[in-house]
Amino acid sequence: MTEFELPPIDYAAIAPILIIMGAAVLGVLVEAFVPRRLRHPVQLPLALLAVLAALTMVVVNADKRVITFGVIAIDGPTLFLQGAILALSAVALLLVGERAIERGGAFVAQAAITADSPDDRRQAERAGGAGEVYPLVTFAVGGMLIFVSANDLLTMFIALEVFSLPLYLLCALARRRRLLSQEAAMKYFLLGAYASAFFLFGLALLYGFTAGMGDRQAGVDFATIHAAVADSTQSPVLLFAGMALVAIGLLFKAAAAPFHVWVPDVYQGAPTPITGFMAACTKVAAFGALLRVFHVAFEGARWDFTPVLGAVAVLTMVVGAVLAVTQTDIKRLLAYSSIANAGYLLVGVLAPGPEGLSGTMFYLVAYGFTVLAAFAVVTLVRDADGEATHLSRWAGLGRRSPLYASVFTFILLAFAGIPLTSGFISKFAVFAPALDGGHAWLVIAGVLTSMVLAFPYLRVVVMMWLSEPGEATPTVTVPGGLTSAALVIGVIATLVLGVVPGPLLDLATGAADFVR
Amino acid sequence: MDEILTYAQAAPAETVSYATADGLLSSVWLLVAIPLVSAVVLLLLGRRADRWGHWLGVAAVGAAFLLGLASFLGLRGLENKSVQLSLWDFIVVGGLHVDFGLLFDPLAGVFVLLITGVGFLIHLYAVEYMATDTGRRRFFAYFNLFIAAMLLLVLGNNYVMLYFGWEGVGLASYLLISFWYTRPAAATAGKKAFLMNRVGDAGLAIAIFIMFATLGTTQYDEVFNNVGALAGGTVLVLGLLLLLGAAGKSGQFPLQAWLPDAMEGPTPVSALIHAATMVTAGVYLIARSNPVFSANSTLQLVVVSVGALTLLLGAIIGCAKDDIKRVLAWSTVSQIGYMFLGVGLGGAAYGLAIVHLLAHGFFKANMFLGAGSVMHGMSDQVDIRRFGGLSKYMKITWLTFGAGWLAIIGMIPFSGYWSKEPIIAAAFQREDWTAWLFGGAAVLGAALTAFYMTRLFVLTFHGPKRWTTDIEHPHESPPLMTVPLILLGLGSLGAGWLLATSVPDWLTATGGLAATEAHPESVLPHGVIVGLSLGVTVLGVALGWFLFRNGTATAPQPAGVLVTAARKNLYTDTVNEAVFEKPGIFLTRALVYLDNRGIDGLVNGLAAGVGGGSGRLRRLQTGFVRSYATSILTGALLVMAAFLAVQAGWLT
Repeated sequence: MTEFELPPIDYAAIAPILIIMGAAVLGVLVEAFVPRRLRHPVQLPLALLAVLAALTMVVVNADKRVITFGVIAIDGPTLFLQGAILALSAVALLLVGERAIERGGAFVAQAAITADSPDDRRQAERAGGAGEVYPLVTFAVGGMLIFVSANDLLTMFIALEVFSLPLYLLCALARRRRLLSQEAAMKYFLLGAYASAFFLFGLALLYGFTAGMGDRQAGVDFATIHAAVADSTQSPVLLFAGMALVAIGLLFKAAAAPFHVWVPDVYQGAPTPITGFMAACTKVAAFGALLRVFHVAFEGARWDFTPVLGAVAVLTMVVGAVLAVTQTDIKRLLAYSSIANAGYLLVGVLAPGPEGLSGTMFYLVAYGFTVLAAFAVVTLVRDADGEATHLSRWAGLGRRSPLYASVFTFILLAFAGIPLTSGFISKFAVFAPALDGGHAWLVIAGVLTSMVLAFPYLRVVVMMWLSEPGEATPTVTVPGGLTSAALVIGVIATLVLGVVPGPLLDLATGAADFVR
Repeated sequence: MDEILTYAQAAPAETVSYATADGLLSSVWLLVAIPLVSAVVLLLLGRRADRWGHWLGVAAVGAAFLLGLASFLGLRGLENKSVQLSLWDFIVVGGLHVDFGLLFDPLAGVFVLLITGVGFLIHLYAVEYMATDTGRRRFFAYFNLFIAAMLLLVLGNNYVMLYFGWEGVGLASYLLISFWYTRPAAATAGKKAFLMNRVGDAGLAIAIFIMFATLGTTQYDEVFNNVGALAGGTVLVLGLLLLLGAAGKSGQFPLQAWLPDAMEGPTPVSALIHAATMVTAGVYLIARSNPVFSANSTLQLVVVSVGALTLLLGAIIGCAKDDIKRVLAWSTVSQIGYMFLGVGLGGAAYGLAIVHLLAHGFFKANMFLGAGSVMHGMSDQVDIRRFGGLSKYMKITWLTFGAGWLAIIGMIPFSGYWSKEPIIAAAFQREDWTAWLFGGAAVLGAALTAFYMTRLFVLTFHGPKRWTTDIEHPHESPPLMTVPLILLGLGSLGAGWLLATSVPDWLTATGGLAATEAHPESVLPHGVIVGLSLGVTVLGVALGWFLFRNGTATAPQPAGVLVTAARKNLYTDTVNEAVFEKPGIFLTRALVYLDNRGIDGLVNGLAAGVGGGSGRLRRLQTGFVRSYATSILTGALLVMAAFLAVQAGWLT
């Protein structure tokens, strides 16, 4: 029996993943051994420190270009996207950790206890809310880090599950409107599992496809698939069916139509900090994976997948923009806006070359900060029963709380792509390379739908400022330090990336090169 | 089709180059910054600024005017009268470079003076007009925001900067129109303005992207110097998209409907913003992009046709309206039609159009403020059938409005004569039968203008009193309102001559505008044209006077086909509704329907939960995951089928 030899591992390169996963395990131990009262004060700094340490390691690794362990590719896009996920999740953690707005935070540990019942109050006082959210979020972040760096489809699939399972749980943890939350989690879980099955089936077909290359071994790493696209003697039906199924699995996470159906329900039902986390970080992860799969593995079949994915992009933009117009709930409105933004991001994915890649990565970061700030405001507008998400309740908010209404107006203008906000630059950054690449139809669809999409945003602006506050207009809770910090970071990022986008664009351009 | 595409003239050979700004001119950025800062201060300070906020707004615009004037004079001594100031690199990706830069040249200069000069007078007037409105500070904040955006629009040195200003102006105008949120009509009008502007904006945005794709730049100088190298078809598409943008902002056919509706805005003041200032953005865009438009004669023909059509459309509808602000609004649509006609004719007529724009800024501002003064005295009545005989009660308003009236109808020697008559003459200077078509339209427009403006003037200030019973003694407005009126009135009388003799020469220093092609001979001698246009004007005035000197019925009268059509805006709204609104609504409904079947279950589920009980709720919801899954499966099958279809094509 020959000695089983471990492949060489570049520990520095995978340090961010190790740190986050280690912190997650530590978080579980804290939950088990630390007294209840201390759990929240320990968990939040632990998670934040881990994220910051991982972010530091990403910065240290900035110039690394290596495939380690055979399955993890550390290259420009990986590092950029890992950095983005970590930075955004740090902001999301601030929202998750907020305890000042509501005693016990937005989460609950025991589903059986209804909000505001004596049991609930006692639990909130004793435990400072559920502590499990921190390890769950950290595990999800770790999964995402692996997801964007996976160098083969199997690793990618495992990472997909690693970050999805905690998210399903997190969605069910809302303290208020618990039925909605649990229902959303159930739906997300069932449909997520369903989509994973598509992914796995596609993976199997692609494996079959790569088997037809004579002396080269079959495999599902991207280099092999790339070679097989050019050389394999197997039926191309395997390739295209496999490519379609893998794409479906990823498009589901990316919230592209017609695989978007879960998004409005889940965004509405999930606790708002988690919704923000999903809207920002899951998007980065899903699009990071899409970029890698289509720019590395299927590069050679560009002419074949572009029309199909282009149609998906147009459909996504139209569905997101048009349905956003009829929404009456702010979280659902933001959900449809997130769907439309997935369409714009797909335009960037389809734009060939490093410009498309860097534009998409810039978009992900810019959108992530803005959307987190948006959900931060949503957590603040509340009445006795929790968040007041129905749009009619926001009428006249500008009179009651001019500051927060101004902040939200700014965020909405950024979503609408008004110049001097990051929203404008990021649309620009994906549309320009797409047009250069000859995809004028995508850009025209993008410009037209963003015109439509501006309407629901500005409707909210007008509603906040130009309506008299009614009896039902809720007040804005003065946020605790954590939400304020998240809000300030999100707004400043949106402004700075809109006025001086140069440095981040340069960074993205410098990073826009995959290793194979 | 090929013929149209290749029928392109040689582009003007002159190279466009801009000098770098120094000295006083290096502070042109302050022009945008001052009103912007003032707007921010007014918005952020909130009620604390209520007492003095409006004066801050006035001062900011006044300061911008003085600075603009100084910069304008500073251009005089320069060899190259186009100076640009690059503030910072805005976007640099690969081959893409967008400057955050400003350009101050004669064209931008005259616009700056118009915007800040007229803007200052409007601000002054609004201090008094809005005195009793609790939202005055907010109003001034939006107002300053508008001025800042408008200045950014005309001062940018590339199309992206122009687009910034363009969006900012649209936003500020949306806020200003919807200012009286309590009036549903105002909110609807705000939406309409917004949507129609978005159609135009989309055109402009796509045009900018086309510049990127084909020229790799959006800087004015680089675009203008290279546009001649583009294929005729590309220039045509580019120009048509720019024209769509211009038509949206300037209320030209087919996007004219929003402008009169914008008159629902709270005051004649904001109406004026839309009538004398913002709408000129489209003319600016075309004048600025003149090398693009000059590069393709088909494009020029389209611009001229749009101008001619709109000027007639506006004039005809203006004859049938009874709301004083709406008559003025349609007259604005019509006058901008003249400007489009001018810029479309190309060559020397660009300068003529700009002169008309400036002169129009004066007399239209004068009349809008005059209308506001009348409304102020008549308890906000806007129906001209309920005025009459006001000349005795509001002497200053009467005299200044009269000056505007003489100016707009183009009576010699007032302002409009000097600016409009050359455009009419230029319209006759074409080679083929189109000279008669466009010349005829311009002359007919002049006759109609004379008629409807006389109708407005006579019904308002002369004839028997037809006031509503609650008004006993209309009063003249206070000095803060009449002083701007007098200044603008003087401008209406004299400015035309001054402008017509100086501005065209001055504008030739603008990059690209100097390229003059030899114009074909006019089909009519110049003297005949002058006589003709003055003749029809006198006829129009006489007819208007004859028909309306004894007043008019105070209720709508049954009317013939043409008048009914004109009252209904020549059915353009109906067409818009059928072409844009209905399909849009249908699409939304269809999507919502699809969504409700599979997707929107939660909303329905919630409603059921509130109304019916949890059993029903559960039943509804368990069904939905299944239908979501079905939806995903359908999508998956479609995507698979599409991939396999592509692959089948690939095999062959």
